[in-house]
Amino acid sequence: MRENLHRFFRAARGVGVHVSPAESIDAMRAVAQVGVSDRAVLRDALLLTLAKSQDEKLALGDCFDLFFSQPEPRQDQPEANNDDAPQDADRPPSSGAPSDAGEGQSPEGLGPLAQMLLSQDRNTIAAAIASASGAASLSDIRYSTQRGIFSSRILDAMGLQRLRDDLDGLTTTNPAQAERLRAALDALREAVRDTVSQGLALYAREEAENLRNEILRNAPLARIERRQVTEMRALIRQIARRLRERYSKPRKRQRRGHLDVRRTLRRNAAWGGVPFLTAWKRKHRDRPKIVALCDVSGSVAQVSDFFLLLIHSLHEVVDDVRSFAFSSHLIEVSEILESKSPEEAMSEIMSNVGFGSSDYGSSLVDFEKEFMSTLTPQTTVIVLGDARSNNLDPRADILRRISDRSKRLVWLNPEGRLAWGFGDSEMPRYATFCTVVRQCATAHQLERAVSDIVATYQ
Amino acid sequence: MADQKASTSIEAVESGLAAQGYIASRQIATAVYLSQQIEKPILVEGPAGVGKTELAKAIAAWRGMKMIRLQCYEGLDEAKALYEWKYAKQLLYTQILKDKLGEVLGGAQTLHAALDQLHDFGDVFFSKEFVEPRPLLQALEQPGGCVLLIDEIDKSDAEFESLLLEILSDFQVTIPELGTVSAITPPTVILTSNSERDLGDALKRRCLHLHIGFPEQRLEERIVESRVPGISQTLRRQMVGFIHEIRSLDLKKLPSVSETIDWARVLVLLQASELDTEIVKDTLNVLLKYETDIEAAAPQVTTFIAKAARSNVFG
Repeated sequence: MRENLHRFFRAARGVGVHVSPAESIDAMRAVAQVGVSDRAVLRDALLLTLAKSQDEKLALGDCFDLFFSQPEPRQDQPEANNDDAPQDADRPPSSGAPSDAGEGQSPEGLGPLAQMLLSQDRNTIAAAIASASGAASLSDIRYSTQRGIFSSRILDAMGLQRLRDDLDGLTTTNPAQAERLRAALDALREAVRDTVSQGLALYAREEAENLRNEILRNAPLARIERRQVTEMRALIRQIARRLRERYSKPRKRQRRGHLDVRRTLRRNAAWGGVPFLTAWKRKHRDRPKIVALCDVSGSVAQVSDFFLLLIHSLHEVVDDVRSFAFSSHLIEVSEILESKSPEEAMSEIMSNVGFGSSDYGSSLVDFEKEFMSTLTPQTTVIVLGDARSNNLDPRADILRRISDRSKRLVWLNPEGRLAWGFGDSEMPRYATFCTVVRQCATAHQLERAVSDIVATYQ
Repeated sequence: MADQKASTSIEAVESGLAAQGYIASRQIATAVYLSQQIEKPILVEGPAGVGKTELAKAIAAWRGMKMIRLQCYEGLDEAKALYEWKYAKQLLYTQILKDKLGEVLGGAQTLHAALDQLHDFGDVFFSKEFVEPRPLLQALEQPGGCVLLIDEIDKSDAEFESLLLEILSDFQVTIPELGTVSAITPPTVILTSNSERDLGDALKRRCLHLHIGFPEQRLEERIVESRVPGISQTLRRQMVGFIHEIRSLDLKKLPSVSETIDWARVLVLLQASELDTEIVKDTLNVLLKYETDIEAAAPQVTTFIAKAARSNVFG
């Protein structure tokens, strides 16, 4: 059982439940207390000790059900076995169909696997597959491409070589039995394939997920495929969660400063200045204020979408965000983003201002005219766009005034540095007034950019 | 402290809690049983009003132990949760003992000698006498053990969590001036959380994680039966069925078990024998706490009553 529990812990890690050694010890102790006879109680005990949130509970519950449901060998499927199978299989061999074996040839001279297959003892065969899986260390399987190699490893461990020899021998001496054995072998292959697929589902999930996320993190946001959008949104939410965890705590911790002597004395005047009650200074700290201007024209739109999603999922860290979207003119979109689901909000923004040809000059004029007052010396202004203004007046002077009024001006450009300044890109002219200019094409770069911006308020 | 009944099995826990009027599901009973066997705190999560705090009370009553409650809030710190030096008392004592100190130090010839003598009395003012125990320290000092309820841990600051770690894993606290205080009898610790923020992994790792959701219909009927004995079986079935329908709506705040019990009491008071549209509409404000929720639910009342009545026939 201990071996099984260990394998279960590995499977649990596979579904994203963090099982540390300490937790596995706890789980072992819990299982020792409740026993393994009652499956429901065992399930509860493992869920209580291992899972740490409701999501993990659900994932782990599914994992438990999958793990403890060994694939039931099918009726017509003869069993295979390896060396540790009982050797009492001297019954007449029977083929695929159950108990239609009437012939009386004794299978002397056949290998253990052949005997097992012909004896059709399902439990023995299941046990044999399980122990062969152990020998082939099935729990190391990581990728779906490894299915073939693990299947053949398991079959080898069960003694496939010997079975082949037996088959060759039987083909000449006893064709009927050989036929049955061949059918049995096919069924065995199928059973092993099922076992491997189950193993893949149990043990490989984490690795596959990591790989997929890693690829996704470094994929250009602008050219993401439609089917990946949902996954990307999930990834952005993960990033937001990480940033929240990193930046929402330290601010509180450092709030308390030195002893406030004046207030302490005043408070304790009644006791003749003996300091019964103490008063402490509070460190003043800017609350993050962010004004985001996002280009939603053409190819930049997708990046803006993810950026807005990220910045608006950071409520705990930055509660004061005002977002503006523009292509040929500029509107405020904060309310749309706050009140609707990301998908709906984005489509509404797009229908209002999206997909026009971008005109940075007139959009900046719009901003200066209506929203310049939103900027304070604590504000970080983030502009997200490729700075391609279709050869219209870039109005860099307005950007200078924005820069003067705010704490920082950060420009995120989805294009690579090499492209800046070529064609109609006004990036070099704008860059003079920006505190930071950085490339922001992938989820990874987006995370780093937002992380740096939030960090300046810590 | 009364006799401590060792919970020998999960069924015993279930019936023990039931005797205190707390109808526990099997998961809850398993958690309580395990927490005693492997001496781990239970972290209870779930929506408001499903009986998280009630569980701690029921355990305390069942095992005849004292319950010590620590209500968490933002800004809760060591001084309020763990212990505090009785500053005023220390100050007062030094004033009163001034003369005595003079006497003691009188014999000293040099300043150095006086200091040496003073060192001998050194920790007089930082002894147990001057410690004001707060809930956490109190819980450790109970000779017969106790149930320590740390309520709404998610409302406290992240630093406070770290403070709890030593208590939760080893049942001890370290006071720099006094050394380590270990529990006489390890208390049964229950932490509750409404998931307002994510708790740290270190804290979660030290606890059994129990999620209490809305109960199933049968279980909820039993809860109502035990809490509001005066209600008739038909009405009980109907109202619980009705509430389960309400929970399928997309509301700001879904009615939980405490609302079910309140509503049952109200219905008994109004001497209702069965649900009808009139009485439900009049008492909907017991179940739903937001005007918008009531508006959203009101048009559905008739349908829900019909559904509840139908399920009643088959149930």
